[in-house]
Amino acid sequence: MAFARIVVPPAVARGEAFEVRVSIRHPMETGFRVDDRGNGIPRNTLREVVARYAGVEVLRASLGSGIAANPYLRFFVTAQDSGPLTVEWVDDAGKRGTATTDVKVDG
Amino acid sequence: MRLHRQRAIASLALVLATGGVSGESIAPTYRHDWSEARSGLAYAGGSLAAMQSDDVANPGMLWVDRGSELWRGAAVSAPACAGCHAEGSMRGVAARLPAWSAPAGRVVDLEDRINACRVVRQREAPLPRGGDDLLALSAFVASQSRGLPLHVEVGGPARPAFERAQAFYVTRRGQLDLSCANCHDALAGRRLGSETISQGHPTAFPAYRLEWQGLGSLHRRLRACLYGVRAALPDEGAQLLTELELFLAWRADGLPVEAPGVRR
Repeated sequence: MAFARIVVPPAVARGEAFEVRVSIRHPMETGFRVDDRGNGIPRNTLREVVARYAGVEVLRASLGSGIAANPYLRFFVTAQDSGPLTVEWVDDAGKRGTATTDVKVDG
Repeated sequence: MRLHRQRAIASLALVLATGGVSGESIAPTYRHDWSEARSGLAYAGGSLAAMQSDDVANPGMLWVDRGSELWRGAAVSAPACAGCHAEGSMRGVAARLPAWSAPAGRVVDLEDRINACRVVRQREAPLPRGGDDLLALSAFVASQSRGLPLHVEVGGPARPAFERAQAFYVTRRGQLDLSCANCHDALAGRRLGSETISQGHPTAFPAYRLEWQGLGSLHRRLRACLYGVRAALPDEGAQLLTELELFLAWRADGLPVEAPGVRR
């Protein structure tokens, strides 16, 4: 179930930086909260987010309990060739997710 | 006990005094001035407005995407919603709901309508109220009415429900003994702690609330308000809340649908 969005401009020029915006559905549970019965809710945050552009790693981020639920990341990548931009993540529970979009480079 | 009651009254009087009203009771016949109607976004601040208007920054769009998958048949064995309803045919639907439903014999809201289709046409179990799947579908459908003016039918068979909801709206309730109208009509634009009291219009829902860190229905929001005045809490999906939704939609007549909105 794709519960994430990854957005790039429809077309980018070779050699120029373009903006990548990623939004991932995740509770980002801090581990400090308790449920209605007073039992602790175990920590579960996105541990690591990795972005790859045409197979090359362009971003690696370690998130933690300081980030709000449903993290929104925004970063810039220099356009080289058309290819997939893939974002992968893993949370504290070991659950993995991925989202992909195609980058179209003009010229 | 009596002392507590007096203290409660004293602190309430303080709240009302700082709010700037003398505590006069609301007249039993409800009058509403539509020319002054403002979306809750007007009270929410510029950064939230920017977040809501940007489809990538608006976290509610995650549910809209998920709803679009469900619409096309993810997670059902039966015919998908998209099998009957043409692309874009849902535009305007959320702007007309809640409405009287003859088959159901009662006023239904968007979530009821989706679940009715699920049970009757798809022969699936109804989706639980407040669950991510129903929120996703309602957000997906409601988002197609974005920008359209809200206009619901409150005459005919819906009239008794509308009048019940109107009476509910102006009746004081809960340990704090406040009606919806006490705040959202008399004190809109004033402060409640760090927050600005809105006019209580429902146009953003289902909305992403930062407090919830997630998307929630209007029923959830109404429950939060009732909890705030320490009143009895109907369950999500309760007919009372659906009828109140109808009244609020009438009260917000002409305001554009914003779903999925972003609120504090």
